[in-house]
Formats: sequence, C-alpha cells, structure tokens
Amino acid sequence: MQRAGSVVSRLGSRLQALPSAPCRSLSCAQDVLHRTPLYDFHLAHGGKMVAFAGWSLPVQYRDTHVNSHLHTRQHCSLFDVSHMLQTKIFGCDRVKLMESLVVGDIAELKPNQGTLSLFTNEAGGILDDLIVTSASEGHLYVVSNAGCREKDLTLMQDKVRELQNKGSDVALEVMDNALLALQGPTAAQVLQAGVADDLRKLPFMTSAVMEVFGVSGCRVTRCGYTGEDGVEISVPAAEAIRLAAALLKNPEVKLAGLAARDSLRLEAGLCLYGNDIDEHTTPVEGSLSWTLGKRRRAAMDFPGASVIVPQLKSKAQRRRVGLTCDGAPVRAQSPILSPEGTVIGAVTSGCPSPCLKKNVAMGYVPYEYSRPGTPLLVEVRRKQQPAVVSKMPFVPTNYYILK
Amino acid sequence: MALRAVRSVRAAVGSLCAISAPSAGCSPRPWGLRAGAVRALRTGPALLSVRKFTEKHEWVKTENSVGTVGISNFAQEALGDVVYCSLPEVGTKLNKQEEFGALESVKAASELYSPLSGKVTEINKALAENPGLVNKSCYEDG
Repeated sequence: MQRAGSVVSRLGSRLQALPSAPCRSLSCAQDVLHRTPLYDFHLAHGGKMVAFAGWSLPVQYRDTHVNSHLHTRQHCSLFDVSHMLQTKIFGCDRVKLMESLVVGDIAELKPNQGTLSLFTNEAGGILDDLIVTSASEGHLYVVSNAGCREKDLTLMQDKVRELQNKGSDVALEVMDNALLALQGPTAAQVLQAGVADDLRKLPFMTSAVMEVFGVSGCRVTRCGYTGEDGVEISVPAAEAIRLAAALLKNPEVKLAGLAARDSLRLEAGLCLYGNDIDEHTTPVEGSLSWTLGKRRRAAMDFPGASVIVPQLKSKAQRRRVGLTCDGAPVRAQSPILSPEGTVIGAVTSGCPSPCLKKNVAMGYVPYEYSRPGTPLLVEVRRKQQPAVVSKMPFVPTNYYILK
Repeated sequence: MALRAVRSVRAAVGSLCAISAPSAGCSPRPWGLRAGAVRALRTGPALLSVRKFTEKHEWVKTENSVGTVGISNFAQEALGDVVYCSLPEVGTKLNKQEEFGALESVKAASELYSPLSGKVTEINKALAENPGLVNKSCYEDG
C-alpha cells in the first residue's frame, strides 16, 4: 500500500528565490515561487513569467494574447498546468473517503471515468472544484486547484487519518508529475501520432495510461478547461520537457499561457474558483446543481447537504449567470443593476471575447433576474451600459462525446 | 494620439495604472525617469512642437494652446492588443492628473490620466472602429 507523500520535501527541490520583480497573488507568506518542471522550457520559448497562486508560470509567449486564444480554437495549444494538485487515493475505502468530502456519485463512476465534483463545507459553501477519476488500476486520481493546495491536502489528509483510525483501508499520495494540457480541434490528431491506443475510443471525461511519444506511464484524460476537445497528460516530471518538445514539433501546436487559458475558459462558461465560486457560494447558487449526485441528494450524506438540497426546490437564491454586452469590457466586481438602476449583484469574471467580439462575463443576480434574455445594466467606471443575461457556454463547446 | 485639449500646461507626474485581472498580472519594467522628471523629445521642425513624456508613459505635444495626448511605445507594448478605448466626450473639462478614460486589452484595463488642464476639443474617432491603432501607431494615428 502506498504512503502519503511528504508535500514539503517534494516541493523543496523546486522552490526558487525570486530575483527582483514583485510577486502578487501568492498563496503562502513566503517570497518564493514554485517552478514547474517546464520552467526553463518556458523561458527558452519566450515565455513571460508571472506569479500565479504561488507558482511562476507563463502568462503568454511571443504571440499576442488574442492570437494565442484563436489558435487554440482553430488548431491546438499546449498549456503547462503542472501547478495544479494531483493526488491518488488508494484502498478499499477510497470511494467512501471521497464521498465524505464531495457532492458527487463517485461509487457510480465506471472504470476510467472521471467527473467534475466539488468539495463542500458544512455550511454548504464550495471549498474547491476538482476532477475525480476512478482509475482502473485501483485508485482515485484527483486534480484540484493550485490556489487551494494546502486547504485541499489538509482536508483530504485529515479525513484519511480519521478513517484510518476507525480501521478503514485508505491512503493518499501526492503526485510529483507534470501536467500538460493539449487543447483544440486538432489536439487528438496531434496526440494520435504519438500513442498506440485508438483515441476515438477515449471519449470526454475518460482516462487511460499509455506511452506518449516514447514516454511511458503517462495518464491521458480527455478533459480540459477551454471548451475544446483535448487532453490533460500527467507525465513523470523528468520526462516533461521531452514530451512537451515532442508535441511542439507538430506545426499545429503552439504554446499558450495563463492569459489565453482565462479568456478561453470564460468563453466556455467554466468557473474559476476564487472568482466565480468560493466558500460563500453553494453549488445551487453557482448553477452547478448538476454536480450533486442523484443518490447523494436523496441520502443527504455530503457536507452541507442540509443547506444545499432544500435550495434545489427554492427560488430564493441568487444564481450565477452569463452576461453579454457591447461597449466597455466588463470585469470582476462591476456592479450589476436592474433596468430601473438598483444594484442587484456583481460581476465575478469578465473579458472581451476574442471569438465573439463582444464582452462576456459571469456574475450573480437574484433568481428572478436569471432567465436568459433578461435585460440588465452593468456599471463600468461610473457609467451604466446595457447587458443581457445569456446562456453559457458563450462559444459552442466541442467535447468529444460518443453518441 | 488619444485626444486634443486646449491650454497646455507642463506635463504632470503620475502613473499609468494597470488594473490586472486576478488570474495574472504584468509588472512593467521600471523606466529611466526619476520622480518629478519630465523628458522632452524634439520631434519636428517647429520649436513649439515638442513631445513631452510623463512618468505615466503618456505623451503630450502642444501647439498654439492645443495639446495632443497619447501613450508611449513602452506603454502600448506593456498593455498588449488594445481592444477598446474609453475616451471622454468633446467639451469635457479636465484637470491635470484627472482620470479621463481607459485603454482595455483582453486581460486588463489601464486608466488614462490627463497631463494637462483644459477642455477636450477633439477625440480620435478612428479608435472606436480600430482600437489597435494605439498599438500600431501610438505617436501618430493611435
């Protein structure tokens, strides 16, 4: 049985002192940023590095933000997402452990099937969003946000200890792997050239371990954060550069950074934890009711169930909605107003959409204003401009779903 | 240029604030100017047609009591592709250092601060259809 990894010793080798530039958004109090295995690779390819959730990551490379964004939707882009936390949960009671922390029907996952789920607290608030995959090798593979790393590890490790003390067979291991996301309409075709498995048999939200461009032991999961078809490849850290270089050899592939990652996910209507959902939003308010497992709703056996389940029938809550408007771009914290001019909510994410050439945003409004087509106002720099509640995704998604 | 204003005064000191979205930020490299300093650049034959730069990376060129305002090449490069220009209406009275608009990229908004006190007589209408002019031609058409 595997033992839980020591987080500090795994990170210690990669902690680097930051030279001169100031760093914002650090999740810890130290003045150092973690580096992924691809740090030098990013610099060599013209990556402009910034601080994000305690990591040094490229915000863009030599291409402009807009070009990088559009390239992803027309060809494919390679993102280094190694900053995200990857963990494995082992043992006969691994599903019991996971279900004690998340809202989804984890027991019902088929071998190698994954799902988006949510860690919740007793008040019904969302602690993080994550992807849980039931690996056929006999463990759960969990990917969660870098910004919630310490919180999530403590949550999972405490629960492991609690269950172990009761005699349960469960353990946690933090993975040392890099994580590369290859996203776009030509991602599968690019990857197929380097794998023996038939990728037509790996639909959206399924996963498999395979050799990729000569690197063995890679977990390939058909998922992503862009709305396009694509994969996330968990690769041993020592081989990450070799794999990235092999993928980049294909002229279809370009490197993309955090800037494009954010505008792509926003067009796809995907939440950013900390902006669009946080500990003060419930899954129902976040328009994520679909993550609540059917069995779990009936059993009311997940954290915060007594708050969350009654919200399903009630219309009293605010809701996360999509907004589109022309004029000045709408950004987080812009007030949302009713047509009469009363403040009714706030924007949580927004940007000019490179694909639509309109401004898109997400925000919270009271239930009665949440229907698509509802006209509202958004305030930008003390001026009000019209906006419309819109269905998400703003740009159609292209997930590879078998019919 | 972004706008023209009547009655030029000496360029003000301040900062072009980039309000970056939470996902990532960009830190502008420190430039060569000391606090309070203004650098004058002679660009044309007329002695009065001198482009002065503020510490906020804006420039102002004055001629016959009319000042033309724009942003520097360094600023447009740091900002990235400009997708929207928020400019004041003609006739607006501005005070030195007052916020008069913003330039938006996909990622962030950068507020603009007036280097002069005066009244807006003209705004660059071409920027409504073609905000990218700020990047392509920050000293002339943008």
